Amino acid sequence: MTTGDRSTSAAAFDVHKVRDDFPILKQQVNGNPLVYLDNGATSQKPQSVIDAIVRYYTTENSNVHRGVHTLSQRATDDYEGARAKIRKFINAGDDREIIFTRNTTEGINLVAHTYARQHVGPGDDIIVSNMEHHSNIVPWQMLCEEKGANLKVVPIDDTGELLMDEYEQMLSPRTKLVSITHVSNALGTILPAAKIVELAHAHGAPVLLDGAQAVPHMPVDMQELDCDFYVFSGHKLFGPTGIGILYGKAELLEAMPPFMGGGDMIKSVTFEKTIYNDLPYKFEAGTPDIASAIALGAAVDYVTNLGFDQITAHEEELLRYGTQALTSIAGVRLVGTAPHKAGILSFVMDKAHPHDIGTILDEQGIAIRTGHHCAQPVMQRFRIPATARASLAFYNTKEDIDALVKGIDRVLEVFS
Amino acid sequence: MPQQPDVSLDGLYGDLVMDHYRNPRNRTPLDDADVEAEEFNPFCGDRATFQLSLDDDGMVAGVSARSEGCSIIQAATSMLSSLLPGKSLGEVEELGTSYRESMRNGLKDDGVDGLGDLLALQVVRQYPVRIKCALLPLVALEEGIKAYRSKS
Repeated sequence: MTTGDRSTSAAAFDVHKVRDDFPILKQQVNGNPLVYLDNGATSQKPQSVIDAIVRYYTTENSNVHRGVHTLSQRATDDYEGARAKIRKFINAGDDREIIFTRNTTEGINLVAHTYARQHVGPGDDIIVSNMEHHSNIVPWQMLCEEKGANLKVVPIDDTGELLMDEYEQMLSPRTKLVSITHVSNALGTILPAAKIVELAHAHGAPVLLDGAQAVPHMPVDMQELDCDFYVFSGHKLFGPTGIGILYGKAELLEAMPPFMGGGDMIKSVTFEKTIYNDLPYKFEAGTPDIASAIALGAAVDYVTNLGFDQITAHEEELLRYGTQALTSIAGVRLVGTAPHKAGILSFVMDKAHPHDIGTILDEQGIAIRTGHHCAQPVMQRFRIPATARASLAFYNTKEDIDALVKGIDRVLEVFS
Repeated sequence: MPQQPDVSLDGLYGDLVMDHYRNPRNRTPLDDADVEAEEFNPFCGDRATFQLSLDDDGMVAGVSARSEGCSIIQAATSMLSSLLPGKSLGEVEELGTSYRESMRNGLKDDGVDGLGDLLALQVVRQYPVRIKCALLPLVALEEGIKAYRSKS
């Protein structure tokens, strides 16, 4: 972070002032003030992000990288400006390493269809963990089936921590890719990503990190992590839906074939031969979601201005408060109790199914996620079909946690 | 016309629903099932299993119905199971159609739906995302009948 960011962060974190920036949080739901605790599914958007979308369509809508006219130039400048902001946000070395995608899922599929399809063969291994989102399981299963390769799964312990010894033993010259989550969406576990990368590299295997649940909560630094690919979604980072990021090391991206063919990803086309465009455009076929990319840039500005010093301190305090509150309710059990966690409180109740918990909380204006969180294997690991999950963002308050506790009391009343 | 249940949570988790949830009927598995099927809800992993045995006249003689999941799935499974004995498979299907229709569009004015305790699930219509919970056991039952007809 720059010195300028630090001086901004030095001001006291006023959560109520921050909440004023999020218009959606001001509403009532079912007669109660909205308590939004479903940030792991998607985050809310500050006014500056909403304004960026409106401004784009109001004043500069046109296509990028094409026209010589003024609007096209403005749109291109802002689109590329957003790329530069994101490069800085994750401390990547070069703007060419930032590929705009639709979301995390598309980023993973892109790597599966290009890098992995080229490098994985019969009898090779791809390693994932037991706590992956389906989007970091299914593309690899499909590829392994196609190639006759093996999908290996690193187990986790009862708290939700990755068993690093088992991981190390799994690595071999046959390991062609490690694809692991940075923060578990179902449990909140923060994985030792840098160590995971270091061990894989010692065996010559590249690493993709799924950062969908990490980037909203902590600074991520491509130089420190040294991962080969990093993917995340804009909409969980207080930006719009429809835009995501794939970071890849330039030398890998250069050597990879394109993912989709079309406009913008080529230099020249004849029926005899097509020459592909340079990075990052080689991987951005077709007109992108320009407005969302620009708005994601605005989201990154917003988060950077708040500063992760403040964000993580506030969220850690909330997580501590929430963990304490939920563990003191008889009949409630937290799932995911790793010592190093991001703001996710996944829980089950002895007497009520997560769907019933979700409906009763909703009646009180409290939004949480219920279900398997697109992570069925980790549910099976804990021998439960589903959990109720409260997931935090920096705009949440202790009052939100108190409302959750009161809501759970109501569940206990109905299902006593 | 049957009384419309009120829409508060006490309605959703009313006495009849909670009774079927806490004391589900017909849970004992059958050894001699003619009709059998299990259905999953892919969004939450919940499931419902139905088994039916038929007598010589093709009428439902034995019923086993089990489910895992929320109160609504479990209550719906139990309520549905209790309406089946003595019915032909055609009558079971007619009942299923009435039930699905009632969950989607409400009760008919004449009120002769033959829905028994399933009427208590009308309140679920106020919670559209939960309707699929209420219908999951029916899907299992219908799949079982379809498979039985195709093999016999």
